Amino acid sequence: MIDFVGRKQWFFLISLILVVIGIISLVISQIQVGAPLRLGTDFTGGTSMILQFSPADNLEVSWRDFQSKLREEMAELGYAEATIQNAGEGNFIIHTREITPEEARELAEKLGEDLDFQVEITDYYLVSGTVAAKTTRNAVIAVIIAAVAMMFYIVWAFRRMPSPFRWGTCAVIALIHNVFIIIGIFSFLGWFAGVEIDALFITGLLAVVGYSINNTVVVFDRIRENVSRYIRPDFAETVNDSLIDTLGRCLNTALTTFFVLLAMLLFGGATIHYFVLVLLLGVIIGTYSSICIASPLLVVWERREWRALLPFTKRTA
Amino acid sequence: MRSRNVYLLIFILALFGFALWSVVPLDRNVLGRDGLRLGLDLAGGSYLVYQADVSDIEPDNRDEIMEGVKGVIERRINALGITEPVVQLQKQEGEYNIAIQLPGIADIKKAKETVGLFAVLEFREQDEAGNWTPATGVVTVNGEEKELILSSRYFKENTIPTVDQTTGKPLLIFYWDEIGQQLSKQITTRLLGKPLAIFLGDELIMAPTVKGVIEDRGQIENLSLADAQELSRLLNAGRIDVPLGRWVEGEFEPSVPLYERTVDATLGQDSIQKSILAAGIGIALLLIFMILYYRLPGLVACLSLAVYGAVLLAIFKLVPITLTLPGLAGFIVSLGMAVDANVLIFERMKEELRGGRSVGAAAEAGFNRAWTAIRDSNITTFIACIVLFWLGGTLGALMVRGFALILFIGVALSMFTAIVVTRTFLRLIIGSQVVTNLSAYGVTPSQIVRNAK
Repeated sequence: MIDFVGRKQWFFLISLILVVIGIISLVISQIQVGAPLRLGTDFTGGTSMILQFSPADNLEVSWRDFQSKLREEMAELGYAEATIQNAGEGNFIIHTREITPEEARELAEKLGEDLDFQVEITDYYLVSGTVAAKTTRNAVIAVIIAAVAMMFYIVWAFRRMPSPFRWGTCAVIALIHNVFIIIGIFSFLGWFAGVEIDALFITGLLAVVGYSINNTVVVFDRIRENVSRYIRPDFAETVNDSLIDTLGRCLNTALTTFFVLLAMLLFGGATIHYFVLVLLLGVIIGTYSSICIASPLLVVWERREWRALLPFTKRTA
Repeated sequence: MRSRNVYLLIFILALFGFALWSVVPLDRNVLGRDGLRLGLDLAGGSYLVYQADVSDIEPDNRDEIMEGVKGVIERRINALGITEPVVQLQKQEGEYNIAIQLPGIADIKKAKETVGLFAVLEFREQDEAGNWTPATGVVTVNGEEKELILSSRYFKENTIPTVDQTTGKPLLIFYWDEIGQQLSKQITTRLLGKPLAIFLGDELIMAPTVKGVIEDRGQIENLSLADAQELSRLLNAGRIDVPLGRWVEGEFEPSVPLYERTVDATLGQDSIQKSILAAGIGIALLLIFMILYYRLPGLVACLSLAVYGAVLLAIFKLVPITLTLPGLAGFIVSLGMAVDANVLIFERMKEELRGGRSVGAAAEAGFNRAWTAIRDSNITTFIACIVLFWLGGTLGALMVRGFALILFIGVALSMFTAIVVTRTFLRLIIGSQVVTNLSAYGVTPSQIVRNAK
């Protein structure tokens, strides 16, 4: 039998390291990009478009090299501030200042001529700065409201347990942990690979919030059941038993969702590439956190072993 | 108990049959719907959002006028011959937005020009050849004589659809302002007994016959109440200039959209093919996994997922719900939840079997015990969906709402399939005693002995 609860320090340490790396990445991004995350058109306003390049002579092209050529060319045409993301197979997502569809077409034609590629605008997207500010505000509100509403629901669902507030808090801490790690990863992708976050990112994040709470609730539900019918005196053992009981379910559910999402990440369209990545990361981290963070946290709180949160303290088994 | 299961089975089969019949083939016309409604990221097309400058309108009249503006734009867009355009009026924090969806349109420029036109309704008369020409009159403005066209600009106040007290028939009453009175008097005198047409752009709205000279107050008769209301809205929208554009730092920029998105139709088809193929591969893997791991219950789960898939597709088609790429991802996540509900039940069932219970008792216990987990975990997902849908109006336009809506429907349906469909199938199979071998349920006899110790 695996002793999840006994290894809690290690899990907390791993999460702590991930969170610290995330913070470092946010700081680097703030310095390099000017924001903790590279903000897309939905949040900053401006125009973004997907340009599909196909080589005039059907030769193999190194799209990585092409990306830097494209960047130089854009700078020459007066779009030095534009961000360019490689979306695979000759698709490039370009985010720049506000330009009209006509200007966009001219720009695309000029790029095609100069680089000797056939080029097509497959997606043109313009967002005014005023809406963008509102979007940013609403995105933050959405995540906060969702987290608070879920916490209250869990407190209500576990109202028959002693101190239901504790269950809700632990679930929400795990949730914030998940969201934070994903934000950290995207912040890294932002300054490393020019990946921007958009409204879909927030949507994905909220889906992850729902998913990770969902997972935590399944585990908590088992703990609730085992506590109420069990004769085991030790809460830590009850929690660990419950984790073992639900492990099969957690892994199977995660795996099945993982299959489908992975297939969509590998073979799906360019527009939802990073959206699917958010969901995929959410499934992995959500499963991990409900087993290794939320439940052990309950034990720590129950026993008031706050020192156990710190790594390398002596195990009180 | 047994007969109840049989009734449930008949209900499920009927539902499944209806769902299959309505979605196979996908373009069969069912209840006036043929094919799925695809969002612009899948079908290609444009999405435009304009803000309205309502600063010249009294606050009390804004709702009414903006409804009229929406009606005017709807008519214009329909006149362009685009299939299934959608025009929506969004009211947020005292601002009015007009959102326009144009599926599969090639000429966005023309559509934008059309939208930007002023919503004036013109009055026209017939010349000898029967062609409609603008009805004009000569008026004196500031001491100068001018030839002006009679139009909705000269309404003194909003027109009111009402019912004639004596005949009980709907009427539309209107009042002219000073210039309108002069024009109207000249024109109606000239056209007594002849038709006077109302045009929106080049579209003839209606051509009532002039029955008397109209000076300050006129009325249009012989309308249905719905027509009277519609016409009143159009006329009122044409009375006041409501420019569409956007606000930038307190300045109004006419004709520039707040949002504009155009997706190439080929990109849309490309992504739909790729994404559906990808989802198909993933789902196939998922089903194989379920059967290998859970054996007979896994097979039952696959059957109930088939019911789930068919019913969900039928809902998408018949409601109809616009399918977008994020919506497809929402479907995948909800499928994950549907599988999850089954997995929760089967894991529970296995445990009970290992505990030495009979297959029937284990299945019942599995369903009962798994229910609280399924309920609590899905309600948290509903909360996320509701928050997303509520705030989705401003978040990235259409995509976010599509995701939230589809996830919500999918999760609700997944609870139904797990609790009703899987349960009924499993009960009937167990009850019929066709399969009694425990290994078919993924439990070996040795495990029971070991756990019973």
